[in-house]
Formats: sequence, C-alpha cells, structure tokens
Amino acid sequence: MKYAGLLVMPTGLFLTLAALVLFADPQRRAAFIVCGLAVQCLGLVVAVRGHMPARGANHS
Amino acid sequence: MPQPAMSDIAFALTLVLLLLAPLAIAGVALINTGLGRSRSAAQALLGNLAIVSVAAIVFAIIGAIFAGALGSSDLTIHAAGKTWGVLGHAPFLLRGLSAATPHVQLEVLFQFLAVAMAALLPWGSGADRWRLAAGCACAAVLAAIVFPLAAHWIWAGGWLSALGANFSLGAGFLDFGGAATVHVVGGLSALAVVWMAGPRSGKFPREGISTAMPGHNASYVLFGCLLAMVGWLAWNSAGAILWLNAPLAALPVTVINTLLSASAALATTYTVTRVRFGKPDASLCANGWLAGLVVSSACAALVTPGQSIFTGAIAGIFTPLLVEFLELALSLDDPSGAITVHGAAGLWGLFAAGLFAPQAGQLLAQLVGIAALLGVFLPLIYLLFFVLNRFVPFRVDPDGERIGMDLHELGGGAYPEFVIHRDESYR
Repeated sequence: MKYAGLLVMPTGLFLTLAALVLFADPQRRAAFIVCGLAVQCLGLVVAVRGHMPARGANHS
Repeated sequence: MPQPAMSDIAFALTLVLLLLAPLAIAGVALINTGLGRSRSAAQALLGNLAIVSVAAIVFAIIGAIFAGALGSSDLTIHAAGKTWGVLGHAPFLLRGLSAATPHVQLEVLFQFLAVAMAALLPWGSGADRWRLAAGCACAAVLAAIVFPLAAHWIWAGGWLSALGANFSLGAGFLDFGGAATVHVVGGLSALAVVWMAGPRSGKFPREGISTAMPGHNASYVLFGCLLAMVGWLAWNSAGAILWLNAPLAALPVTVINTLLSASAALATTYTVTRVRFGKPDASLCANGWLAGLVVSSACAALVTPGQSIFTGAIAGIFTPLLVEFLELALSLDDPSGAITVHGAAGLWGLFAAGLFAPQAGQLLAQLVGIAALLGVFLPLIYLLFFVLNRFVPFRVDPDGERIGMDLHELGGGAYPEFVIHRDESYR
C-alpha cells in the first residue's frame, strides 16, 4: 500500500506536465494541473495510511 | 544563466548577510536539541555539527557538479519544442570558483548554507532513536543527489525556473529563500526518516492516547527561535538579492515581511493553543514562530506587509493543529515537528507566493513546482533512504534507546551531574 501510494505521486506530476505541454488554454491547463495535484494528494494519503504502525507494535 | 553585474556595495552587503545566515542553522540546531530528551542532547547537538560538515564536504565534491551554478553546460532534454534543464554540469571540486563572477560565487555560498540547513532538518525528527552514522549518511545522500537536483531546477536555470519563458507561467517557479529547496525537501526527508526509523519506544501504546514526550529544555527551543529569526532576516535578504535580483532599496520590506510573518504565526499559534489547552504551549508556539519564518522564505520578498501577516497567521493556525493531527491520528512521531513546520509551511508559503503575485500565471507556476516537489522528491528521498537503511541501519537498538543516545553512542551524557530519572511511564 505504502509503495503504491509513493508510485502514484509521480503519476500526478506527469499529469501536470502533460497539461503544460498539451494545453495552451490557461483554464484547461489550470484544471489539469489541479487534477495532477489531487492525484498526488491521494497518493500521499495512501502512503501515509500504509505507514501507520499498529498500536503497541514494537519497531525493530 | 546571464546575470546583471553586481555592484561592490551589493556584493559586500550580500556577503555580510550570508555570514549572518548560519545563525538560522544554529537556531534550528538548538530547537532540535531542546525538543529532544536530555539523555540524547549531546548526540543531537553533535549530530547537528556532523551533518552540516558532511553536507558541506559532499556538496563541494559531488553536489556542486549537479547543482550547476558554476557550470556553463547543463544536461537538458528537448521535448515538445521546449528545452528542459534537468541536471547541471559544473567542474569537479568547485574548480573555477575563484574566477567566477561575484554573483556566481555568492550563489555557490548560498547553496552551501542551503544544503547544510536542508540536511539538518530531518535530524530533529529522528531524535532519540536515529543513529548518528545514519544521519550523516542521509546528509551525504541529500547533499550529493537530492538538493543539487532541486537547486538546479529552481536556481540554476533548470526547467522549473524556465516555466515563465517556456510556458508563459509568470516569472517561472519562484523560491528566493529556499522554501522549496531547503524546507520542503527537508520536511519530506523528515517524513521519510519518521517512516523508516519508526516511533520512539512507548510513544504509541496499545491502548490509550500517545505518550507525551516533551522536549527537555524549553529555554533552548525558545532561544533558538530568536537566533533563527536573525539568521532568517539575513537569509531572505541575501536570497532576494541573488535569486530575484532585488534592488537594495527593496530589502527593508523583505526584512519587515519576514518579521511580520513570524510574529503573526506566533500570535495565532499562541491563541490556538491557549484556546485548546487552557494555557499556551511553549514548544508549539516555537513551532509556530518557525513556521512563520519558513513561510517568509517563499513570500517575504514578493508580498506586501499585510499579505505577510495573513500568510504567517494561517501558518500559525494550522501548525499546532497539524502537529497534533500527525501524532494522534496518523501515529507519526516527529519530535521537532519538521514535517509540519518545514514541509507543510514551506508548501503553504510557495502557494501563497503565487496567490498574491501580480503577474498572470505565477500561481500555476508555483503549483507546478509543488507538484514536482511532491511527485519527484518524496519518492526519490524515500527510495534513497530505504536503500540506505539496509546498509546503515537508521534505528538504534532497544537497549541503546533506553539508556539514551548520549551514553550509547558517545559514552557520556550532556548533563553528567544530573540524575536521570527512571521512565516509569515509558515502558
């Protein structure tokens, strides 16, 4: 889970870069850049949830 | 990247400012030490010194090559009809530094200070269980690979700084004070360290809320905030001159904005903690102050004083709440609060710099930069630290953690005349 979340984050960046390259219209660009950031936030949430330790677990 | 010639007065002033900027590093070092436990204080402060040393040497040998400030050729990618600066290519071991223009020499000096600070930030998050050798190894990795990549993209003509020219996004991604290259990179590194090293023993018991492990010396923490303020005033001023080519007449506003941002952040953090807990919390107030300084690293030279107060105030509101959330809800044990103070506040500052920018497209440029930080640097840092953890284990063994990092790693404590009490509640 945690690794999947971290892999999703570059995907969001690719979406952002694609928006820059493919769209000249500022509003479409902005919308896709925000979408890219939203994908990254999702990835971050998944990564954080995947890293949450079980309560009382000893870390070795 | 061609730069306007620097006057002698501007050169001398910037040099003096950069000589004062290490006070920010000293302040952060003191804050990190104070927020840790007394049994690890000497190791914490020695670690601060060691990490700064390792970062400086590794950056001189390897990192400066890729940061590319001294170089005339870069590794670029040509795609979609644009040139994307990816990596720098400068001479080995700073060859040619003395022959470079005064502006470039000061840029390199700024980068040395920036890499030292960036490497230092995760150290506080690993307090009380992160081995000194691992901390130094991480500093080397940050100085050799991660920081140079960010510095090149943002400061040395890389693709983020060229967003304005390539895609008409304002003036390109702006980060004059190191909010991205230092603080967000440092905050993301802190997150990776907290994940790798895990929480301190007894921090999250099987039942009940997390165990409070307050810092051992609030005086260190709060005095560190004052030192950091002096360093930040110098840091932001130097950054404005070097990376924004700001005229000297613009510096007083930058300094005032830095002070206002920190002050507003402290005021709101004080209020939030007073309302939540009945009394203001000293260490959270220190975190709030520092968050305000971090926000100013993105905004101080670009916004008005009123906007500076606003951005600092917002940072001061979310800092104590996010620190609490990360600990209680997400079980992230971050003694120094670097994830919030440097990572989150840095991101907010970068966003706010775009929000209040007069030029069209600047906000989008900042958002693209934020996407690059999250999409490239967090996975990269995590991967590098994951591999490093296999060769240089991050976490100390349980006995070492119990007796304290000072005795375990250094053979002697920071306070040998004080009796260390048994931690009945930490079993």
